Amino acid sequence: MISKIVHLLLILVCFLLQGTLVRQIAIGSVCPNLILILCISIGLMRGRKSGLWTGFLSGILIDMFYGSVFGFYALVYMYIGFLSGYAHRICYDDDLKVPVMLAGCADLLYNFGVYFLQFLLRGRLGLSTYFVRIILPELFYTVFLTAVVYRIFYYINYHFMAPTRQARDSVWVIK
Amino acid sequence: MKKWFHFRINIKSRHLLAIMTLFCIACIIGTFATGIGPAPLREAAGLIVVPFQNSIRTISDYFQGARQNMRSKEDLISENEDLKMQVENLTGEINILIQDQEELDRLQELYDLDQEYADYPKIAARIISKDPGNWYDTFMINKGSRDGIRVDNNVIAGKGLVGIVTEVGSTWSTVRSIIDDSSSVSAMTVSTDDNFVVQGDLELIDEGKLRFVELYDEENKVTTGEQVVTSNISEKYVEGLFIGYVSEVEQDTNNLTKTGTIVTPVDFRHLKDVFVITRNKQDSFSSSGEGEEQE
Repeated sequence: MISKIVHLLLILVCFLLQGTLVRQIAIGSVCPNLILILCISIGLMRGRKSGLWTGFLSGILIDMFYGSVFGFYALVYMYIGFLSGYAHRICYDDDLKVPVMLAGCADLLYNFGVYFLQFLLRGRLGLSTYFVRIILPELFYTVFLTAVVYRIFYYINYHFMAPTRQARDSVWVIK
Repeated sequence: MKKWFHFRINIKSRHLLAIMTLFCIACIIGTFATGIGPAPLREAAGLIVVPFQNSIRTISDYFQGARQNMRSKEDLISENEDLKMQVENLTGEINILIQDQEELDRLQELYDLDQEYADYPKIAARIISKDPGNWYDTFMINKGSRDGIRVDNNVIAGKGLVGIVTEVGSTWSTVRSIIDDSSSVSAMTVSTDDNFVVQGDLELIDEGKLRFVELYDEENKVTTGEQVVTSNISEKYVEGLFIGYVSEVEQDTNNLTKTGTIVTPVDFRHLKDVFVITRNKQDSFSSSGEGEEQE
């Protein structure tokens, strides 16, 4: 129960920070994606189902206040959380390299998702411009921020939330 | 009770994903079909989120203020002198403007024009948070339906048009700015009254420019530096709000219409306070038709 409340609070705090504080540290009007980092961190540390719920709830929050199509961001973030949940079974979560690489892949996935589903369908063809102007800077900035905040999420997960990792979950354990 | 709990634990994550995907797709289709999201849910979430956003905004303002307080005395003195010069210049300009105003009043009486864009009722609002992603340009302000804001209200900053209200809660509302990629505004030139469409374009956002399309200008009268305002035939934007200056004009390949770019005077990146015009374009139709203000 406590871990659920902490989970919800974490989502809420990340959403609030993303709209305000993270916007303040934007470089060249491109800001990192804290919500995405939360999704992949939870997915990596707590598995597919938790990642899915994190992505869905934070996506719904974005949809409610900023989205033009209700449900779109929920869908995208939900899949990101779910897919990063696969890493929960394969990798250990105490190494910083895993979340950093995950964040890079997930951010690429997210931005291409937004581009193909919302921009290409409206006939905006300048993918190269968008790639250099938005996707790459956001990717690097997000990866950098992951290296900073992952430790915080890791600490919160192991000190305030109930443990989820079980030996039988790992694919490396001979059953 | 125990059985229900047991069932919930055992649902496979793959099935959960399928269920939630269907739910999201249903939501998306629902939005496209009806054009509106779930308002009560949004209102409830706003109740939780907005106070926090307000307080974060206040705290960051406080720190910004503290940083500004540390500016050196010399800066302030030189700035003061500059400002005094400016006041003198402006006083001169105001005198001329007052004369113009009197003349305008006189002429308006003659022409029986009762509407003017300075007369629109306005509310000041503060931006409390911005779009979390980098693709779109929407932001939230700290005034809502309780202050008289409604959907489709126009938003301006000191120098020109900023955007339009897309969603309203009781104490907050969401504004889509005109540089947003999905925004388009019906506009016209001041001198020739040619109508065309101004669109936001993400590829031009760095230069602070907007794209305009479908300008029909056979005699090549529209040139660089032409002033652009919202058009009289626009459905959602009230007439005569300043958008910007034309910076480039290009002939389309069809040889009939022109496209180009517009420079906006509003600094969207450092926008902090805005004004919301609380009268919609639709009101002016209904009020002139019925002879009374619709609330």
